[in-house]
Amino acid sequence: MMRWFKQPPPRGVLLALLVAGLAACFAIEQFGLVDNYVRFVLITLGINIILCVSLNLVNGWMGEFSVGHAGFMALGAYLSACVSVKWLGWGNPLWMFPLAVVAGGLLAGAVGFLLGLLSFKTRGDYLAIITLAFLMIVKSGIENIPYVGGPRGFLGIGNHTSLLWTAVWTVLTLWAIRNLVYSRFGRGIVAVREDEIAANAMGVDTRKAKLAAFVVSSFFGGVAGALFAHQLQFINPSVFDIVKSTEILVMVYLGGIGSLGGSILGAAAFTILAQVLQPLGTWRMVILPLILVLLMLFRPRGIMGMREFPWFVPRREFPAKEDKK
Amino acid sequence: MDYFAQQAINAVQLGSIYALIALGYSMVYGVLVMINFAHGDVFMVSSFFCFLLLLVLPVPFVVALIIVMLATAILGVAIERLAYRPLRNAPRVSAIITALGCGLVIQNTTLSLSPYSQRMPELFKPVTWQFAGVTLSSLQILIIGVSVGLMIALDFFIRKTRYGMAMRAIAQDRISVPLMGVPVNQIIAMTFAIGAALGGAAGVLYASAYPVISATMGVLVGWKAFVAAVIGGIGNVRGAVLGAYVLGAVEVFTVTVLPSTYRDLVVYSLLLVILIFKPYGLLGRPAVQKV
Repeated sequence: MMRWFKQPPPRGVLLALLVAGLAACFAIEQFGLVDNYVRFVLITLGINIILCVSLNLVNGWMGEFSVGHAGFMALGAYLSACVSVKWLGWGNPLWMFPLAVVAGGLLAGAVGFLLGLLSFKTRGDYLAIITLAFLMIVKSGIENIPYVGGPRGFLGIGNHTSLLWTAVWTVLTLWAIRNLVYSRFGRGIVAVREDEIAANAMGVDTRKAKLAAFVVSSFFGGVAGALFAHQLQFINPSVFDIVKSTEILVMVYLGGIGSLGGSILGAAAFTILAQVLQPLGTWRMVILPLILVLLMLFRPRGIMGMREFPWFVPRREFPAKEDKK
Repeated sequence: MDYFAQQAINAVQLGSIYALIALGYSMVYGVLVMINFAHGDVFMVSSFFCFLLLLVLPVPFVVALIIVMLATAILGVAIERLAYRPLRNAPRVSAIITALGCGLVIQNTTLSLSPYSQRMPELFKPVTWQFAGVTLSSLQILIIGVSVGLMIALDFFIRKTRYGMAMRAIAQDRISVPLMGVPVNQIIAMTFAIGAALGGAAGVLYASAYPVISATMGVLVGWKAFVAAVIGGIGNVRGAVLGAYVLGAVEVFTVTVLPSTYRDLVVYSLLLVILIFKPYGLLGRPAVQKV
């Protein structure tokens, strides 16, 4: 049984599983197979996976430290809510909702591009400060825009985030980031983490690599925010604060940096833990950061840090079989 | 003009409190090259220490100040010992994450124990004077006096004493300094103790000036001080003080022009702009990265 996981799956199995999974999501939505609570947790899980994988691109594969992911979420959430409620509110959700989500992602991606430009000059601690400033600016900026409700929040967003849409976006995120980090270009992103100066000397365009990582990461952060807004149907600026960013950081470092499988496991563990700890109220927000601290002290690599579940690795990464000679 | 002078006094008062907190960020960064994100929450807890102390027994101001500074120093050293020291040779990111996590643990523990903000009992009966339309209270003089006194003492300590010299030496080179017989662990613990004690003093002063304290103060006030430290050039002690007064002035005068909800927006935008044009702050020197 274990041998199965040490090698890539037989051809077509991944696709078949994918189709089966999406069909299952469709069936659940169509026939109401699970109760609302389970559906809510499953959608949250999907959103958390998107958040975790996309932040992992910057914090894990590229080795920078961003605490601004909740800011990208906020941008995606607010723009998509504007699109779906204020601008295209009369529209049919079938085409309006994906449009809103993509719009949210694009805004976040565009802002991520600017943040990527800033990362040319600084890195490490100072870049962490810049992302912190970005998060604070987004939050207090939104609080000062009465058009989207200011500090009171944005009410009356439609409940459009279905399980199927969440699953589709989760798969898209995983697929896009897998193909990015295993591409020739994506190796440059990993090279930035290992040693930026050496990477530059070897001819890696580290500026392009950084920009790409920031844009892709923030795009999917925005997408997750859009899904989040249409799941909760109510957003306010104080949801997207440093605590939200820390939650995503917990997922990333719990699962392990630089690993798709780890990100999924981290997001799943976090989602379940958050539900289990719900009765504890605010003490939950003591336990989660405490887990983060203990992880850093005793297992800094998380569950699967820098390792990968072979099914997520493209087939060409495996050594050619002997019998092919 | 009166109004301007009044606001200037308020700015100096706020700047003094920021300066005391910013020094803690800057000293730790100077010695360990690490952002101690938990420092803002240490400041917040110190004002709760003061609150608890006054609930138990109403002591005079000076006694309260000393007790709270001691208690906060112990907390600072405990955090260093438990959370930061094991990670001293780990990747830098691990230390930042741990600091962020420690801060959140402190903040949310306080929040869980005291979900509502608390009204501080009066530490001190202020006397107010009027000069040509400007009101000056003895509390303001006390705050400014205590902060400036502590800052001068710290500057003297760092520049003139053996321990201060050891701190500066560790900031320059952490590998060869232990070989010269400097006890690195003690000096680093001492840095945390001094930084936290200054934060504790700031907590007492802040709680007497703005007597409603809450668990979110670490983020609302403590992180502003962090911004001040970065603006001044983090790691540079005099820069932290300069940055704090600049920030105090910016905050106070922003509110005179714009609605107070814009304060955070202006402060963090200022931080971003300064980091873009002077990435190492007003007085910081760029670190040369060796290959």
